[in-house]
Amino acid sequence: MNVIETDGLGKRYGKSWALLDCTLTVPEGTLAALVGPNGSGKSTLMNMAAGLSVPTAGTLTVLDGQHAGSPVALDEIAFMAQDAPVYKNLSVADMLHLTSNLNRRFDEHFAKARLADLGIPLKKKSGKLSGGQQSQVALTLALARRPRLLILDEPLSALDPIARQDFMATVMTTMADEGMSVLLSSHALAELERVADYLIVLGDGQLRIAGHAEDLVATHRVLTGPVTEADRCAEQHAVVQDKRAGAQAHLLVRSARADDPVPPRWEAHPVSLEELTLAYLRGPGSQAQRKSPITDSIEVTEVAR
Amino acid sequence: MTALTTTVRPSQEATPRPVPWRRMIWVTWRQHRATFISVPAVLAAAAILLVVFGLRAHHDYAALVNCPLDPGKQSGTCSRLMANFNSGVWPLANVCSILMQLAPVLLGAFAGAPLLARELESGTFRYAWTQGFGRERQAIAKLVLLGLTLAVLAWAFSELFSWFFQPFLWVEQMNQMSTEAVFDTRGLVFPVFTLVSFVIGAFLGMLFRRSIPAMAATLGVYLVIRLLAWGVRGQYPLTLVTRNAWQFTAYGTPGQPGFPWILNSWVTGPGGKPASPSIVSQVQLSLGGGGNQPVSVPKGYTIWTRFFPASHFWPMQLIEAGWLLVLAVAIGAAAVWLVHRRAV
Repeated sequence: MNVIETDGLGKRYGKSWALLDCTLTVPEGTLAALVGPNGSGKSTLMNMAAGLSVPTAGTLTVLDGQHAGSPVALDEIAFMAQDAPVYKNLSVADMLHLTSNLNRRFDEHFAKARLADLGIPLKKKSGKLSGGQQSQVALTLALARRPRLLILDEPLSALDPIARQDFMATVMTTMADEGMSVLLSSHALAELERVADYLIVLGDGQLRIAGHAEDLVATHRVLTGPVTEADRCAEQHAVVQDKRAGAQAHLLVRSARADDPVPPRWEAHPVSLEELTLAYLRGPGSQAQRKSPITDSIEVTEVAR
Repeated sequence: MTALTTTVRPSQEATPRPVPWRRMIWVTWRQHRATFISVPAVLAAAAILLVVFGLRAHHDYAALVNCPLDPGKQSGTCSRLMANFNSGVWPLANVCSILMQLAPVLLGAFAGAPLLARELESGTFRYAWTQGFGRERQAIAKLVLLGLTLAVLAWAFSELFSWFFQPFLWVEQMNQMSTEAVFDTRGLVFPVFTLVSFVIGAFLGMLFRRSIPAMAATLGVYLVIRLLAWGVRGQYPLTLVTRNAWQFTAYGTPGQPGFPWILNSWVTGPGGKPASPSIVSQVQLSLGGGGNQPVSVPKGYTIWTRFFPASHFWPMQLIEAGWLLVLAVAIGAAAVWLVHRRAV
């Protein structure tokens, strides 16, 4: 069961491709983190999944083969756009009533309880709330729709560190209670590492890697050894990142199994999700970058299954 | 976590039952409350003025009603009353008449242009278009609800304006006032013109994604359609042709649009041949002498007049309102299509 499936997905604005040849799947029941620098195509992908935008090339389906933006998709997917747009002249209570009227399901009890917990007054105009409060209102509205898939585009940017934790805790609780899947984009790599169980890395509109977090960690290692043997070692491995400092070389490599034999005089270290993400985002010179990113993702997803 | 996914969700039918249309009543009201309040408020303020001046005009006309229409036969009192009427409320009525010509587009552009464009300007379409109701259905509901409200308000206002303007019409018929301006502000045509402007505004707002340029462009497109309507009116299959009836004596009766609407007239000579320009200018000269003066037509010549009789007012209104309504629905559908097509 996949909540999002894309095949050769591309989106072009004018002459430049915001997203190019992107093939990936987001399995149901995961919190999938979409990471990448600004302009890497995160919002483009999310807008297409939410049905706001249509692909220029390739296909995208949601919730097991549904067309993005179709009645079923709109009913079951809640989208919180970047900067959490709200009707500034509407009160929070009006926003609640509005969302309740525009959807088949709306858990008003939950929404009111959560806003009360956050100390956000219902009578206040949405435009008078702080950026963080607007994000919280938007999340509350999205969660109260009881979606099967929740898409959050940079939801943490307006929040302070404590609010971020509370925000993510609410998302995680709802996931556990309702069986909701989440696709979330963010710059906050360190925070995602704790919560994400699926990772999608985009760079320059291209998919760098996608896969279950635990599989990615399990299939990547840093090999440390003498610089003199680095080239030979690199030939034998799929190198994601090649760092050489003095006499030591650090090669971040992908391997099918975590206990693949290590060359003599070399040491293997595990990598964190954050290191791994950064490695995929950096260094266009690394071997993995030169290969087609699509084959990478397929291999990894296959391993995941 | 994954194990829960299939059991908890109660709502996984193949096609969900759509969110009921009636929910859009509150949504449209709340999202466009400013329009729903300001338009009736402006019209109410204008209506109060029309009532005040209308009462005065009707009062002044009531004093005039027994005076002979021919200025030559008017007594001193009548001349004074006539002068009073002409100088007192008449300039105001003229201004009101011009404003009434523009009222449909002013109302329509104000209410229509921001209807869909505002969502794009403020970015709230990212919220609105991803709700379960669906973006196209939201646009349809808003167009219908706001359009109907505007049309009803415009109709009520035009009824009031008709009452206000009637005394001027009765007096003015002596001077062959252009009836286009009267026809436009009455019956079904006025509210339907308002509706057309409204959907043009909504369509252009969606096309430009900006309210203000859309308002300006709406004015331009409206004027084109207005001119088109004036152009095709003469083609409605409701004209009558009469001969030597340059003088229509059937003055309008209160409550009726009255005087026939003369489209054109021409002169033919013996045997039905067109008259020479000199004869035509001679006849025109005598016609220009005053609507009630006998015209001397040279023997053997005939003046033909093509006109809409007053009794054809409603059939004409139905034809014009009919095609304008079809146009409004088509433009509205195009606006919804733009909403459907719009991708970020």
